Amino acid sequence: MNFITDPLKYEFFVHGIMAASLVGGICALIGVYIVLRRMSYIGHGLSHAVFGGAVVSTVMQWNFYIGAGTWGFLSVLLINAVARKKKVGADAAIGVITTASFAVGVAIISRYRKFTKSFEATLFGNILGVTTEDLWIIAIVVLVSALLIFVFYRQFLFTTFDAEVARIYGVPVDWVERLFSLILASVIIVSMQVMGVTMIAAGIIMPAVTARVLTDNFNKMVFLSVLLGILGGTLGMYTSFYFDVSSGATIVLVAAGFFVIAYLYQMMREKFWAFKQARDVPVLKEETPTHIHLHDESHSGFYHVHEHSHEKSEDQE
Amino acid sequence: MSSSEHPPQPLISFSKVTCGYKEKIVFKDLSLMLFPRQFAGLVGPSGAGKSTLLKAILGISPILSGNITFAGKQVNGSVPPDVGYVPQIETVDWDFPVTVEQVVAMGLYRKSTRLPWLTGGERSVIRELLDRLNIGHYAERQIKLLSGGEQQRVFLARALVANPKLLILDEPTSGVDVKTQHAILHLLGEINRKGVTILLTTHDLNAVARHLPWVICFNQKVVAQGDPDEVFTSEVLSRTYQSDMAVFRQGDVMMVDDSPKAGHHFAKHVHGADSQDYGHHHTSHESHGHHESNEERHRH
Repeated sequence: MNFITDPLKYEFFVHGIMAASLVGGICALIGVYIVLRRMSYIGHGLSHAVFGGAVVSTVMQWNFYIGAGTWGFLSVLLINAVARKKKVGADAAIGVITTASFAVGVAIISRYRKFTKSFEATLFGNILGVTTEDLWIIAIVVLVSALLIFVFYRQFLFTTFDAEVARIYGVPVDWVERLFSLILASVIIVSMQVMGVTMIAAGIIMPAVTARVLTDNFNKMVFLSVLLGILGGTLGMYTSFYFDVSSGATIVLVAAGFFVIAYLYQMMREKFWAFKQARDVPVLKEETPTHIHLHDESHSGFYHVHEHSHEKSEDQE
Repeated sequence: MSSSEHPPQPLISFSKVTCGYKEKIVFKDLSLMLFPRQFAGLVGPSGAGKSTLLKAILGISPILSGNITFAGKQVNGSVPPDVGYVPQIETVDWDFPVTVEQVVAMGLYRKSTRLPWLTGGERSVIRELLDRLNIGHYAERQIKLLSGGEQQRVFLARALVANPKLLILDEPTSGVDVKTQHAILHLLGEINRKGVTILLTTHDLNAVARHLPWVICFNQKVVAQGDPDEVFTSEVLSRTYQSDMAVFRQGDVMMVDDSPKAGHHFAKHVHGADSQDYGHHHTSHESHGHHESNEERHRH
């Protein structure tokens, strides 16, 4: 039991585990939509884009959350706008905009070398640096994001499933997309300190993909993904504490472990069912009676091919 | 179609509508009407603008000029209410983890409570409709795990669940076998008889000839429209498809051959040994008891 309670004596760990479980849960929640839209790369790209905004905010002495958040939100809008151009796909748009934005950050850091250490924390995560103020901001962003996804659950589901048809059925797709971009940018900003820019994408994608492997039901996928995200954050923090390694890395490694277990479980389950079916169901030999042959027909102008027999059936007899 | 057969006000009316993009006009100055309770098929070659026409009605295709009205109200560029839409099943993401019930619930969006979960009332409406479409026992099943015909009925259920006045279907007979095509069109006929106006696109001319009372031959403009028995002629279809099209009739049987150089292909069959067989098919259909479907078609 001490194994679990001992680390909780340290304030930094309590802050860290609260931040990690909150961030793990919300990343996993938005990850469901990202994975189902097949836009996994956007989490990776956007975290890099936000890094540029974080550096600019620091240099310009803006509030980090407002500066980097605005930068991230504008990056997503820009990606969406560029991706709509037929000659530039979404993947290329993400590549161009987020890498350029990241390069802005790197260029500024190389110019003002004194910032290097704090940006290292942004790149790789520094859970030990989570203050009470950070925790409040994380909690508010997580609460508001979760609430918005709850309130607009049907709109998000329909838009993710088929945006064009959702529009036909009256869903304000453009607004839903913008709202999602805002949520995504906000979540990435608050996750940076816990996960680090380089690990956020995995925190978003892995729980959702693991949940997808385990279920074919959207509601269950949302529930499982959030559960795995929170569990991954918590277990990752303990692993980080006991093995003295980066929290971002351990959270991602725990999530990867969950994925491997789920994948193997699903593979074994499929093999078991295939084996059971092969054992239980007798192989049917389909023998077509010799008097039945394929025959092209035309009924009231409807031309088709079907089996035909010249022998009388039992009913007719 | 005489005006006495239909109420004076069309459900959908295109008045000199030009649609497309500045660099590519899909159709120009199109005037077309669809009346309440009509069951019409839109046929034409790929790239003729059939899907664009459907999307213009649905308010998601850019309209450069002209007017589209729905039940007398202008709807240019906006989504008309009371319309159910069934997309091509090839465009559906079958790996998406949604159940049949969740898909059908999407059709209730305009009338829904917007709560994340389904209410008891919504659930019973959905279950009742699924039962009517004979897929009630699949409500909890993921959509990929159904057959082609069942999948088509799921999306039909989504379109019907909010009781639309107009049902628009994009290629409902593509990607399914002949038997399923027949079943789908038969089901649409039943829905139409209950008062729902239907407009669909299809490449399957023989199925249209068999099941639909009204056909619109379209290739960037309306080439001809009317009862398929009258409209489906070699001349009209060749003009529509810009390719030789052969239509063969024997009694009340009609068959369209839409293969390339159809005329040459069929000349060989009709004058060869197979022509006797063809005659046999015609006589055999009468004993198969399929006459009622043809009569059913003419009732509309």
